[in-house]
This record gives sequence, C-alpha cells and structure tokens, in this order.
Amino acid sequence: MDYTMFPLSEYAVTVRFSAEVDEAVNDYVHRVAIFLEQQKKNGILDIVPTFSSVTVYYDPLVVGGYEEMCEWLRTELERVEQVEAPPSRTVVIPVCYGGEFGPDLEEVARFHGMTEDEVIAIHAQGRYRVYMIGFAPGFAYLGGLSPKIATPRRATPRTHVPAGSVGIAGNQTGVYPLATPGGWQIIGRTPLALFRPHHEEPSLLRAGDIVQFCPITEEQYRMWDDERHSSNT
Amino acid sequence: MSAIQVIHSGFFTTVQDGGRFGYQKAGVSVGGVMDSFASRLANLLVRNGPNEATLEITMSGPTLRFETDALLAICGGSFRCTLNGESVSMWKPLVARSGDILSIGACQNGYRAYVAFAGGLNIPLVMNSRSTHVQAHIGGFHGRSLQPGDVLPLRSNTLTIPESPIRWGIAFSARNYINGKRKIVRVVEGPEYHMFTEQSQERFFSSTYEVTTQSDRMGYRLQGQALERKTNQEMISEAVTFGTIQVPKKGQPIVLMADCQTTGGYPRIAQVISVDLPILAQARPGDHIQFQKVSWQEARQLYTEREQQMKRWKRMIQQKWREVHDAH
Repeated sequence: MDYTMFPLSEYAVTVRFSAEVDEAVNDYVHRVAIFLEQQKKNGILDIVPTFSSVTVYYDPLVVGGYEEMCEWLRTELERVEQVEAPPSRTVVIPVCYGGEFGPDLEEVARFHGMTEDEVIAIHAQGRYRVYMIGFAPGFAYLGGLSPKIATPRRATPRTHVPAGSVGIAGNQTGVYPLATPGGWQIIGRTPLALFRPHHEEPSLLRAGDIVQFCPITEEQYRMWDDERHSSNT
Repeated sequence: MSAIQVIHSGFFTTVQDGGRFGYQKAGVSVGGVMDSFASRLANLLVRNGPNEATLEITMSGPTLRFETDALLAICGGSFRCTLNGESVSMWKPLVARSGDILSIGACQNGYRAYVAFAGGLNIPLVMNSRSTHVQAHIGGFHGRSLQPGDVLPLRSNTLTIPESPIRWGIAFSARNYINGKRKIVRVVEGPEYHMFTEQSQERFFSSTYEVTTQSDRMGYRLQGQALERKTNQEMISEAVTFGTIQVPKKGQPIVLMADCQTTGGYPRIAQVISVDLPILAQARPGDHIQFQKVSWQEARQLYTEREQQMKRWKRMIQQKWREVHDAH
C-alpha cells in the first residue's frame, strides 16, 4: 500500500496510508502496528495506530535519527504482508438506557420525532467497528452509527459526565471511559469498565473489534455495578 | 522506613518521571515532567538515572519534613527555598538530616521546579512509569497531587551522605531559558501548516501569543491574532505529541504539553522543537510567546547538541562526586 512519511517531532515519525477513513486501510494500519511491535527493535518507545496512519516514537540516540528510522520503516513495510490480521472480537457492552443514566435520551428522541424505545432499538441494533483507541485512556472511535439517530452535540457541554456514559455526537457514538466534562448527548450508561489501568491490556476495546450495545434494566445495571465493586475490593 | 512528611503541599505538586511510553495505543498519555532539562539535571546532581521520579512543583512549593537523612537537589524556576529557616540554593546537591524541614516558597522566576532525591521515591510503577496521571487517577502518589499529611517513601540510597555542605552546582548560564516574560520558542512547520492562509502563516511568526489562565499540564491555550485556514476541510484524528501546536476553529493556538491526549483532530500548524519545550514549561499565564521558524535539520542538530551537553554535565558531576568522596 502507498504511504507518505513525515516527522511529528525529533523522536516521532508518522507513516500515513490514506487521508480518508476506510475499513480496509484501517485494517492494514493495525496490521502494520502489530507487525512493527513484533520486531521488538531497540529504541522504539511507542507505536500509535490511528484511522489511517501509524506513528512510531523512538529514541534517536539508540535508533540513530530520522533518516535511519525512515530507512528501517521502509524495509519493514515491505514485509508486512506476512502477518495475519489480528482476530476481530465482538464485544457486547450492556447499557442501561434513559432515566438518570441517559439524561439526553428524551431530547434525542424529540429531535428525531421518535419514541425513546425507537432510539434505543436503533442504537442497540448497530454493529460498530473500533477504528482506533485514542484521545483519552480507553476511548474508542467507533464507526457505523445509523444516520437516523445522528444528533448534534449539546449546546452547552456538561461539566461532569460520569464514567461509562454512552453518548451520541453528530454521526459518532461512544462510551466515556473516565469521568470528564463533555458535550455528547448522553443516552445511557454501561457498568463495564472500559479503562482498566492494572490490566496487562488496559483498554477493554481494541482496534478492529466490533462493538454491540445490549439494553439492560436499571436493576441489572445496579447488580452489575455491585459485582464489579465487590470484585475490586 | 525512610520517608518524607508533606506538611504543606504547595499549589500543585505531583510525582513525575520521564513519562509513560508504550500505552498510547490504549489512549494513555505519555505524561512525565514538563521541564525535562531541569528534572534531568536535578536527578544527575544526586546521581540518579535521568528519568527517575521527581516532585514537580508549580507556582508555589511544598513544605517537607525529613524522617531520614537524605540527599536532594532542586532545579528549575527560582523558588525561595529554606532548610530549617536558612536559605538554601537551587541547582546543587543538598543534604537534609532527619528532622529537618525544607520549605519551598513562591516562584519568583519561571513557573516550575523539580526536587530529586538520591535513590528516588519508593512509589510503585503503573504501566512502567511513576508519573501521576491526574485525569485517570493513576501513577505517582495515589494518582493525585500531594496533600498535607502524605508520607512519601524513599528508596534506600547506597550513597554516603557527605558531612560537609557541597559547594558546587550547575552554572548560571544553564538557567537562561527561564528568564523573561517574553519568550522565544523555536518551532518547525507542522503537517497541516499548508492548510493555513499565507497571511496567517506570516502572522503566526510575526505576532506574540499570550499564555492564558486556561493552561495546564495538558496544554497551553494561547491568545493572540487569530489564524485562518484556507478551507474548512475537516481532518481525521492522528497522533499528536508534547509540543504539537493545534489550531481549533476559533483560530487561537493550543500548545499540547506533557499530559496531552494521544490523538487530535485539529490542524497542526507547528511543532515546538524538543530543546525549547522547557522554555514553555517555565512560561506562566500572562507571559508572551514568540514563535521562530527553524528547519527539521536544525531541530535535530539542537537535539543532539543538548544530549551531548547533558553527557558533559553528567561527567562533570561524577568527577565532583569523586572529589567529595576522595576528600574523606
């Protein structure tokens, strides 16, 4: 696949495969990232796959500078075809929609002239691809929201959105892994922890995974929550 | 147990090391010290590795009581520092005895300082780093800034703590970058530089930008002449790093700092060169920044020179320590 390379800093180089969001390109990006990681080259500090590029952070004193880094990348990129694509997992995320957990569900339904149940049904029927993890710890960029429920961000962002909140912003949907301020329309909340700092793989979701949302009742949410808290202590 | 009691915490004091690399694909920021020049030198002065965890102090410093003899060094912006009420100097090794009280007051010049303790802080690694990630509540001291009553454990130190005060330290000339309310920061063109109008490209370098009060370890929001793009074409999120200057729709630049997000979706007009990041780290709200364009080649050259200079400091410090121990 064609690519361009450019420096991001004195210790980072970005390899860009496309300027568009495309599933096939994104698959390739993750294959490249995994392949480069497997080489375990000395002086590589971090490898960050995004929608259609891979950024490699390195120690110039070990690797030998930008030109050497680019040369190494060009050589390795010739061999990427040899790796298998990582297995795509389907991750089911239970969501308690509406009520105190989804304060904007009513607003989203009104915006589209639907009932709340119709919005839930459309959201829960979707299959969402994880394009990348970024921005915040464990935050997944998902693709595949039905245009029928695409809704603009809130005019005034909330100063506090609880961790696990499931939201819609334009044609995106996603889950807030940490409590932060935020402007997304919050339609529900999951009891699952998307960011688990003490796990070997701290992000529950991985690029390439398929996410499905499954509606649960408030009682189920609270039982789940209790389980989680008791297993943590 | 060798420990240090926190009596006052100061304005915002956190544990930071060289950063948390290897987890950006999980969305976890690199974090780490804002001013790596000062923190590395503080570590070198007490013969730690350059990336050992230090206390990062912002604006006003903590008051600490030592429950053990310790060797430490404070580097960075000038803070009024006293040990048992007596003035002590920064940028040199200091000896504290059990029961001593170190007080780091208000910042008079610059914005941040680093306290390195010989042997390092005995704090668990989280994802290979001791840096505090405040948003995720991980790393450092229980994932948060210090509070009065906290007890910081020290790792055992194999160095003999000298009997007499140490007279040497880092030369004045090394601290020039901290001075002044108007700072010159060198940058290279960012990947989306061409997306800005010629007038805005010119404006970016000819005008000065003020550091606003909405600036923190994640980013510095700047205020100045607005920058315009040629088109409203959206870009897709890609990696960003410490020193990336993004320009959101309103045209006011944001310089991403140590705790920045791993990816961003705003056009990147420029990248602050690595050796000038400490200059920004020492800028406080109200200070003015002027950007100056350099090439990648120059940036890399300056990076290499800085690393060579660090090696010279290290050799000099090792030599000084040998003299201290030979004198015994």
